[in-house]
Amino acid sequence: MNPSNGKGSMSTASSSAAWKAGDVVPDQFPAGLRVLVVDDDPTCLVILEKMLRACLYEVTKCNRAEIALSLLRENKNGFDIVISDVHMPDMDGFKLLEHIGLEMDLPVIMMSADDGKNVVMKGVTHGACDYLIKPVRIEALRNIWQHVVRKRKNEWRELEQSGSVEEGDRQQKPCDDLDYSSSANEGNWKSSKKRKDEEEETEERDDSSTLKKPRVVWSVELHQQFVAAVNQLGIDKAVPKKILELMNVPGLTRENVASHLQKYRLYLRRLSGVSQHHSSLNNSFMSPEATFGPMSSLNGLDLQTLAVTGQLPAQSLANLQAAGLGRSAAKSGIPMPLIDQRNLFSFENPKSRFGEGQQQHLSSSKPMNLLHGIPTTMEPKQLASLHQSAQSLGNMNVQVNSHGAQSSSLLMQMAKTQSRGNILNESAGSHLPTLPSSIGQPIISNGIAGGVIGRNEIGDNGRGTGYNQVAQTSSMLSFPMNHTTELAGNNFPIGSTPGISNVTSKGAFHEEVNSEIKSSAGFVPSYDIFNDLHPQKSQDWELQNVGLHFNASQNANPVQGNLDVSSSVLVHQGYSSRQQGSGQNRNISAMGRTMFSGLEATGQGNEQIMDQLLNNLIVDTPVRVKYERFSDTSSQNALFADPFGQEDLMSALLKQQQGNTGPAEPDFDFDGYSIDNIPV
Amino acid sequence: MDRNRLARQVALQKQSLFDQGYIDQQFIQVEELQDVSSPNFVEEIVTSYYQDTSRLIVNIEQALERRPLDFDQLDRYIYQLNGRSTSFGARKVIAEGALFREYCEAENAEGCKTTFQQLKTEYATLKRKLEAYFQLARQARLAETASRPM
Repeated sequence: MNPSNGKGSMSTASSSAAWKAGDVVPDQFPAGLRVLVVDDDPTCLVILEKMLRACLYEVTKCNRAEIALSLLRENKNGFDIVISDVHMPDMDGFKLLEHIGLEMDLPVIMMSADDGKNVVMKGVTHGACDYLIKPVRIEALRNIWQHVVRKRKNEWRELEQSGSVEEGDRQQKPCDDLDYSSSANEGNWKSSKKRKDEEEETEERDDSSTLKKPRVVWSVELHQQFVAAVNQLGIDKAVPKKILELMNVPGLTRENVASHLQKYRLYLRRLSGVSQHHSSLNNSFMSPEATFGPMSSLNGLDLQTLAVTGQLPAQSLANLQAAGLGRSAAKSGIPMPLIDQRNLFSFENPKSRFGEGQQQHLSSSKPMNLLHGIPTTMEPKQLASLHQSAQSLGNMNVQVNSHGAQSSSLLMQMAKTQSRGNILNESAGSHLPTLPSSIGQPIISNGIAGGVIGRNEIGDNGRGTGYNQVAQTSSMLSFPMNHTTELAGNNFPIGSTPGISNVTSKGAFHEEVNSEIKSSAGFVPSYDIFNDLHPQKSQDWELQNVGLHFNASQNANPVQGNLDVSSSVLVHQGYSSRQQGSGQNRNISAMGRTMFSGLEATGQGNEQIMDQLLNNLIVDTPVRVKYERFSDTSSQNALFADPFGQEDLMSALLKQQQGNTGPAEPDFDFDGYSIDNIPV
Repeated sequence: MDRNRLARQVALQKQSLFDQGYIDQQFIQVEELQDVSSPNFVEEIVTSYYQDTSRLIVNIEQALERRPLDFDQLDRYIYQLNGRSTSFGARKVIAEGALFREYCEAENAEGCKTTFQQLKTEYATLKRKLEAYFQLARQARLAETASRPM
């Protein structure tokens, strides 16, 4: 188990050992319970920490929801329970609650000084397992372990009802994920999947309640099927039984579908609340205001762009696509956010983007960030849709790639420019966008690149946090590197994900990216991953490959940019992987992680690169794109994918999916709920 | 000073603060969290509280200068301030804060301003009193440590 507590919590060694017992509750339970506390009030945070320590729990403090999310994503099984405040400046506590419920399925306790009935009710409807009124007394904290046990018990029971078939099903899913990751991933996916399987079996953390809880892995594909079934039936009439029949997945039980449906509904509900602004957006995932809002604050530049893009969802996308690919102008698959991004890129100043660096990022990143906000459930869908779009792009990319060495260089450049740590920061999820900006210029020579990048970003967003980041970076990178064409092909390993290819094809983006990248030279190698990725159609997260490639590129590319890129990619990957249970996320996160490390080393605008890379990657899912961009601000704080962004993207994506059949497999359906496998 | 005397003084002062309503049960609870590893825990909490909230106070003041008054914004600020105040039991400040919120809801500008002035007074008074209290408590602790047989 990973000791996930990074913030000065006690080492988890003892607790892990305690949990490994499996079916037997460790004697010291509930001592050692790993609690994550999220509150913007530092006083309260410190007091709670003290109280929890007095209860012999392991505590990790967090004053920002985004950090908390990234922490949780990085350490899938690192925490047993989360306590979060309701009112926080960067993210609504309920939103965080939903994210956690969808992605990690951990028990979450809400707390607030506000004891109004409505607020408490809201907590209940959003799935909080308890609600504490401040000031919180230590007695109230002593018994929080019951929620952990209860949840495990319920999950276990559900699983048992489903029978062992689920296990088989689960096994299947991971395999699919593996396929997606492909070799480029260097087995990240596999290992993550493997890890997940192992975790499922050992359930180090899950064993806290002494129950091994095999979870159904909602891979992107599975989720796609689920969404398709729901859409077919109509969201109102969709009942688990019918969905199950439509999906026709062996081993899936009605209970699995029921719980997944519940989460999906919550997600939709939340999105519909957010997406009011986006009437224009097909997907209506992104509420321009909502999503862009955070972004703007972060990026400043992009904000405007994003806002604009937000308004032009369909058109921009179509334009981008048309411009980029020259083929299917309207990539239905690509969610609006993607388009927006593309618009951003193409509109912004394809060439100058990189010059401006940050700005570019912003525009590109913004869309991505939007995706961040989208909860995982949405993400899969969006991803799927993005995926589809990405794929189509990917195909185009392939063509592009052939040209492409340059794009990699562009990316490199971008990475360089961006490397300013933006990428890294964004790696948290929202930073991806930053990359694009730097990359933006050179890449889009073909026009495709731009598209691709855009896609990538979006793809990431769709994924949730993880992808966006990676995608962005990748997309960014890939674009510049190749003169658009190249981006599609070689340069962007990230491109491998459908998103990437899309990006390149998109063109507008590409140009921007390409230009930047050009300067860097050694990227090409890194983008090979993209190539690999391309072939894989529904590789949800080819980003993995990207990540890997980026590393490679690092070697190849003399420029720091490479490093930056790779690190950013890696970082993103890290994020992506976190995001999705399925391999895609992993890949991306893995990549992102690597990238980040690389970037960190270079110390440059890693974030930027990452963003770009991620952008590339994300092309598939608009959601992704959104996701990464927002947290541009600090290179080191990239961890936060903008939740709103993602959400918006997701919703947008979802809507898109619902609206159109989508180009390919719209749903990325990552294992939103069981992201255990994500390799860290 | 005689450490027993000091200890008694500390207890008395705390009781008096409690009785006067400056602090409430939460403060006692937080103080109980103090232990050997963090003997100045409460003091640290309060110090960070004042650092954190001083900015809020300034923001509210500035917000009150604006015309027209943005009651939503004011409400948000005061909610934050109250949240932090409840953490360690600053009762009077919380009370004033609650009153302020009521005026915000009623969109009563005058009421808000008056209440805010009162809140600031309470805020400053509490700070003074707590500082004195902590000083005494520190002395008592020192005396206790000093008199402990080695």
